[in-house]
Amino acid sequence: MRRQILPALVAFCVLTVVVGLAYPLAVTGVAQVVFRERADGSLVRSGDTVVGSSLVGQGFTGAQYFHPRPSAAGDGYDTSASGASNLGPTNPDLVGAGGVVAERAAAYRAENRVPDDVAVPVDAVTASGSGLDPEISVANAGMQVERVAAARGMAVDEVRALVAEHTRARPLGVFGEVGVNVLELNVALDAAPGR
Amino acid sequence: MSGAAWAQLGILMGALAMSTPLLGSYIAKVFGGGSAPGDRIFAPVERTVLRICRVDPDAEQRWGVYALSLLAFSAVSVLGLYLLQRVQGGLPVNPTGAGGVAPLLSFNTAASFVTNTNWQNYAGETTMAHLTQMAGLAVANFTSAAMGLGVAIALVRGLTRRESRTIGNFWVDILKGCLRVLLPVAFAGALVLVASGAVQNLSAGTPVTTLEGAEQVIPGGPVASQESIKVLGTNGGGFFNANSAHPFENPTPVTNVVQMFLILCLPFALAWAFGLMAGSRRQGAAVLAAMVLLWAGSSLIAPAMESRAPLLAASATVDVARGPDSAGGNMEGKELRFGPEASGLFVATTTGTSTGAVDASHDSLTPLGGMVPLVNMMLGEVSPGGVGSGLYGMLVFAILAVFIAGLMVGRTPEYLGKKIETAEMKLVVVYILIVPVVVLGFAAVAVLWGPARDSISNPGPHGLSQVVYAYTSAANNNGSAFAGLSGNTDWYNITLGLAMLAGRFLLMVPVLAIAGSLARKPVVPPTAGTFPTGTATFALLLVAVVLVVVGLTYFPVLSLGPVVEHLMS
Repeated sequence: MRRQILPALVAFCVLTVVVGLAYPLAVTGVAQVVFRERADGSLVRSGDTVVGSSLVGQGFTGAQYFHPRPSAAGDGYDTSASGASNLGPTNPDLVGAGGVVAERAAAYRAENRVPDDVAVPVDAVTASGSGLDPEISVANAGMQVERVAAARGMAVDEVRALVAEHTRARPLGVFGEVGVNVLELNVALDAAPGR
Repeated sequence: MSGAAWAQLGILMGALAMSTPLLGSYIAKVFGGGSAPGDRIFAPVERTVLRICRVDPDAEQRWGVYALSLLAFSAVSVLGLYLLQRVQGGLPVNPTGAGGVAPLLSFNTAASFVTNTNWQNYAGETTMAHLTQMAGLAVANFTSAAMGLGVAIALVRGLTRRESRTIGNFWVDILKGCLRVLLPVAFAGALVLVASGAVQNLSAGTPVTTLEGAEQVIPGGPVASQESIKVLGTNGGGFFNANSAHPFENPTPVTNVVQMFLILCLPFALAWAFGLMAGSRRQGAAVLAAMVLLWAGSSLIAPAMESRAPLLAASATVDVARGPDSAGGNMEGKELRFGPEASGLFVATTTGTSTGAVDASHDSLTPLGGMVPLVNMMLGEVSPGGVGSGLYGMLVFAILAVFIAGLMVGRTPEYLGKKIETAEMKLVVVYILIVPVVVLGFAAVAVLWGPARDSISNPGPHGLSQVVYAYTSAANNNGSAFAGLSGNTDWYNITLGLAMLAGRFLLMVPVLAIAGSLARKPVVPPTAGTFPTGTATFALLLVAVVLVVVGLTYFPVLSLGPVVEHLMS
């Protein structure tokens, strides 16, 4: 074993320098030159101020804004505590009459005046995997349109057009799912002339 | 599955069908002993490093020395990574000001990354300094994958050499694996990820004031470079707590498929390389076919399970059906951009390999959807398995399969012309029994002993699943979790750490011993009575052996966990 220690130490140190320092620094160098805006977090501006990242959700609560999905990251959309609820599929804290899904659904219905017999979209009552999901489904956005339009005194069709504009299609028509970017949509609403 | 999900699966399989022969023949050339592409760049570097190590690049090792080198390198790696975590608070490149990591957590993390497990009892964004992430954790991502690669190649050498005392040189293999195989692909993958939105800088993040006036920090860090090797090396340890569900690790539906491709490309390519090194593509194709069958099976089941969510629907008139405006499905713990089907495919992919990266919360999967990753891991992760560990695992099962076939017809079993005898079979049995003993033993104690039981977060059979999942994941070096379980306790830090070490090194050493034993044997020419192993029949037999011999070990505990939970729902 003693004869193996020297090569182990040397190989460990060399590889630490090559793949632990040179590799990430080289990637950082190329990324900062070629993809600077992406590499620094795809920041979104409202006017001249940076208001967030197009990839990271925010916890909107005001009636004049579209609301994101429920979040299990800290107190909601806390970037220092990304993560999921990890509630099991049969956990009574999640499902059933006393679970958090029923609670969220009731709040969502009240807020958006959704009648009891109309089903709410599943993404509106479930927390995401990261707690930072930037998107909601088209169905979820559609149920919030009238509330947002009323709060802003905008025409419903105008808001609906903005939702359509900020709906991301499936790449190549097959990858993943369609989504509406909540922050970009809300920034666009603030910038719309008829707010 | 929806049409789009089929197309997505088809594109992934098409890309793998192209990369497997290309990467496979490259790997076969790199480790084959002759000249290889890239010699002009890499050979001088490797020779220089080996000279400083005082290792003769042309001198090969017997299996015992190979194993000692591997253990020495791993011991140095565990110690180095442990120390780095302990003192990170006083080191540079720590803009977030992370302090030293607690001793038992440092041990658990060091054991976890060096064994290619990447189980994480910490949240990356708050616990680890940028320097620890790149110069500690990412290094282990490279070296642990290269070690797996080396052991797999050593076993192939054992199977294909005639009357040889040696099976290669560990130091040459690990350098080649890191520099020639992993580094170039990881670099390319990192650029793809950063171009799609994964962050890559050395900052503490950008503080912003949100539209509603709240404070939010947009995180920074060398994420893309880490992410790329995390998937390519089938490691799975995320930069952030949310792992591949985090928008900065896995920003788009396309990167999600890119990550699955990077996870699968080397394990599949290794089966191809095996065929080339054995001088018979059919032998490689049979092993490859068994891997593809197992992977495809679980890749069809998980998305189907996650597309249904009767309990969510019944909770409060919730729409879980797929429609034009909503993907529906079991969305608790899932990202909208991936939806239930792409998430389900990722679940199958990350656990059929030893990756354990997650793009959705496994704890919140439907009962049978959550059984898919559990079964994938219990089968020893051979569909197609981790980098190297998938191939050597499948080859051990192949030896078992020819042994069982030999018993049925009453002939001495042979594989690639090597007689399989008592010595090899004893080692195969050791290989197969260690993991179930570790998993079921620790899990039994953990559900009986109060303080360990307090870590369970979900009631009923799901709680048992959480504990069994933890030990299955650790002992098979996967690293994914039913993450509601509180793992950062003394009991779990120690026992999971031991399970990871056992599941890695107590398997690698018998594999190397099998390699050494087979290398010494002559090759017997095939006769009319030889069971052919380069055929579709053999591929099916291999799948059956994996499912029956290994899968049945866990049948009772699967019945008490996910199956009961499914019947409840």
